[in-house]
Amino acid sequence: MSNPNVFQFPEAVRTRSRFRNPIGKFRVNRTGDCIACGKCVEICPYGVHVKRRGQVFVENNYLCLGTGCPEPCYKACPVQALSVRRNPVFDTLGDFRWTNELLAGTWYMAEFGERPLAGLEYKVGNSGGGFDKLRLIFKGTRSCLEDITDDDIDVSLELNRRDDNAHRIRIEIPVYGGGMSYGSVSVTTMVSRARAAAALGTFSCTGEGGYPDELKPYDDHMITQVATGLFGVKEETIQRVKIVEFKYAQGAKPGLGGHLLGDKVTPGVARMREAVVGYPLFSPFPFHSVYSVEDHKKHVDWIKAINPKALVSVKVSTPTDVDMVAVGSYYAGAHIIHLDGSYGGTGAAPDIAKKNIAMPIEYAVPKVHRFLQEEGVRDKMTVIASGGIRTPHDVAKIIALGADGVCIGTADLVALECVRCQNCESGRGCARGIATTDPELSELMNIEWGTQRIINMYLAWLRELIRILKKLGMKSIKELVGRTDCLIHLDYM
Amino acid sequence: MPSKYMIHTKTVTNRFQPVSKSGIIAWEEGCLKCAVCVKKRCVYNVYDKRGIDSRHMIESIDNLCMNCYRCVQNCPKELIHKSLNPEFNAMGDSHWSPPIIVRLWNQSQTGKIPVSGAGYPGPFSGPGFDSMWTDMSEIVRPTRDGIHGREYISTAVDMGKTPEHLMFNGSDTLEGEVPSIIDIPLPIILKMPSFGTISPNTIKGWAMGARRLGTLIALPMEKIDSALEDMGGCLMPLVLPRGTSIGNIPKNAKIIEIPWTEEWQGVVEDIKGYIPNLFVSVRIPMAEGMEEKALSLARGGISIIHLEGSSMSRFMDDNTRNLKDGIRLVHMKLVEENIRDGVTLLASGGLAMAEHVAKAIICGADTVFVDFPILIALECRMCRRCTKGLSCPVEIDTASPGWVASRVVNLIGAWHNQLIEVMGAMGIRDARRLRGEVGRAMFFEDMDRAAFESMGQVEEGCELE
Repeated sequence: MSNPNVFQFPEAVRTRSRFRNPIGKFRVNRTGDCIACGKCVEICPYGVHVKRRGQVFVENNYLCLGTGCPEPCYKACPVQALSVRRNPVFDTLGDFRWTNELLAGTWYMAEFGERPLAGLEYKVGNSGGGFDKLRLIFKGTRSCLEDITDDDIDVSLELNRRDDNAHRIRIEIPVYGGGMSYGSVSVTTMVSRARAAAALGTFSCTGEGGYPDELKPYDDHMITQVATGLFGVKEETIQRVKIVEFKYAQGAKPGLGGHLLGDKVTPGVARMREAVVGYPLFSPFPFHSVYSVEDHKKHVDWIKAINPKALVSVKVSTPTDVDMVAVGSYYAGAHIIHLDGSYGGTGAAPDIAKKNIAMPIEYAVPKVHRFLQEEGVRDKMTVIASGGIRTPHDVAKIIALGADGVCIGTADLVALECVRCQNCESGRGCARGIATTDPELSELMNIEWGTQRIINMYLAWLRELIRILKKLGMKSIKELVGRTDCLIHLDYM
Repeated sequence: MPSKYMIHTKTVTNRFQPVSKSGIIAWEEGCLKCAVCVKKRCVYNVYDKRGIDSRHMIESIDNLCMNCYRCVQNCPKELIHKSLNPEFNAMGDSHWSPPIIVRLWNQSQTGKIPVSGAGYPGPFSGPGFDSMWTDMSEIVRPTRDGIHGREYISTAVDMGKTPEHLMFNGSDTLEGEVPSIIDIPLPIILKMPSFGTISPNTIKGWAMGARRLGTLIALPMEKIDSALEDMGGCLMPLVLPRGTSIGNIPKNAKIIEIPWTEEWQGVVEDIKGYIPNLFVSVRIPMAEGMEEKALSLARGGISIIHLEGSSMSRFMDDNTRNLKDGIRLVHMKLVEENIRDGVTLLASGGLAMAEHVAKAIICGADTVFVDFPILIALECRMCRRCTKGLSCPVEIDTASPGWVASRVVNLIGAWHNQLIEVMGAMGIRDARRLRGEVGRAMFFEDMDRAAFESMGQVEEGCELE
């Protein structure tokens, strides 16, 4: 029986790929020997084969389980007209972090709102460390919560843990959308993310590029980002929202400023940022007005003076002294400390910075968690982790390491069918119409499609998180915070 | 403050088609000859740029494709595919890996630092320099904005012995003789690699590049011919002890290098007897006993010591030990013995990326040598055919000195900017202050254990996910 007091999440609605040929792990080949008996259509529960006007076609290659299929069509075919092999295109996709399997798994979640079928590794990547070497450990002795309905598992997160006059804000899932600016992504992408956030009872963030009018209907689910370039920051955009985020640094380019190439500064972007069309924009580093925790407090006070009820989030990267930065943010009056590790980021960044500068998020979170505990302020701060959170398992792992919740960006883009070609920054921008302001390329996607794809992915994550909590014998995600005993690192077994 | 050091780069075209990671395979069979073929709709106009009729379905392996997969995913008959290029993965070895080689080519072509979108796609950590991260400053410590020119970050370094203190006499003039030093505007010295299809033109190009950069190129004495006569100031001849005649050392050379020998004192005396003001660097292999050798050289008055690792960035005598750890050992030994500021520590061995320069310095080197990257800048594929007496697929020996010089200047220009990025993020304005700053670095072996060591207990009957 469902609990009437719980938040009603939207329904998952199957939302197919925008492209004619979705890429999957296997390819099914049908020879001319086919007698169109329809046996394969009957036998395959995944809809790989379809029968139309007396003929049978392979229409959904990407849903094929391949050699892992329990009842394979190619064995059942009476005339041996079918064969299955690995799709060579699949092996050209992906990288160490986002393997081809993780990409295909995320696309599946965004299409169906459920975890992928067997045969796709959707939990870990292949980076050889951190998340990809950590495993959740389920001990047999823990009480089993099989009888409890999913609605009774609480995955919500209270963002304001200070006893002050600011808003009380509860997000329904411990995940919200990270900042991606107008300019780095299209308005369609921004609005899709905002609409999904509103439907899911969580937030999305403007990034540093202004607050397009199209986002106004979702004010209660937006975070205004104030970053070093102050692009598009106005009193009005700070007053309009419930959460304001200071971006001191970003994990993808820690210690370096932002850079929007001239090609991406279209008339619309220039207007929003009060800049000149076609000229590159640099967001400096650091805030040249902040050289101490006291300066930092002045910044926070400034926001509180303009919007007294706003929650203040401080987004920082992960230097050696990230723990000091976190406690400094607490004393400056921030509600949320947002730690951004270095594998994330969606825009252009120097490779040397992404790879080498600042520590991985898996090290930073436990360090900050412990330090805030020792200072006696851990329960006054909300710790958000971002920068490389790809899967629901990453969410569970980073919470077990000491975060309260996470912020994601790249995963949203993958749900929108990003292939991680890494050319977001070149020329007219993303050829797939996600990270671009080019009018023609932006047309490749519409808002309804984008919204539903993101909602579906979040719903799949939600179901996985609930399943994990149940297996751990926990009724609330809050119980998981800092529970490193729920984790195993394969290198130390 | 010295005048601002800038490396002027400009695009220098490739002479050969670079090897790319994947190619496009298209089949003719079943083609519907659509009125608007997906190939015609390529955002990057790749099919047009290839200069072949896009109506023809042919296989092509080239580096124009930007991997957006739109043609693959939209062809109504699924006739277009991408596949990995086996030639790409066959390049180089585990250290000089295909992605490193390609990145060096791009930097040598454009002079620009590698920039990409979509976060860091690589492994969590790796051997050697890949197991350390550098620090950045935030809120409580300012960074420096060097890359956009708003603040000046100096990459200049000195070689030689700097005085511990200055003495002045009664009339406020300097007492005694101030030892001379060699200053170079960036902590990189070029070095002729140990193999390659290298012609006199190649060497001349490298020397011209070194001169334009304001640095040196180290090369064996016997490679110095009359074409290099006027370039002595940027040469660092590698002299064999008592082998080549000292009289052949170019007159205007400032520095030479000799390999370690137990009788180094006598060799150095001979050389100094012939050219008194010449700096002599002594090269010791990164191997067992190197700390003691370095210490004896430093105590014996040698002001420049070159620590040489293998081309795979390992110890010469132990493939399991990394260059970074060797540099740290020798640096710390010299610090402990209170003699570190009396010597300049040069390091070499498999430095393959700009970050290796910054990290080697953080580990304790003052300056580094760069060898194979200046060959890869000339489109070398690290196929090692030349070591078997076979022809070079990119005919490096036929390249003109001007082209060679510009490619090397582009590469080092890009590395220089990346060094500034790393220093700027740390808030360090002077490369000399970067040396030995291990407190501003994070090491995998320490960090990983601190974070995860406790997570190893698995009881019977547990399930992992």
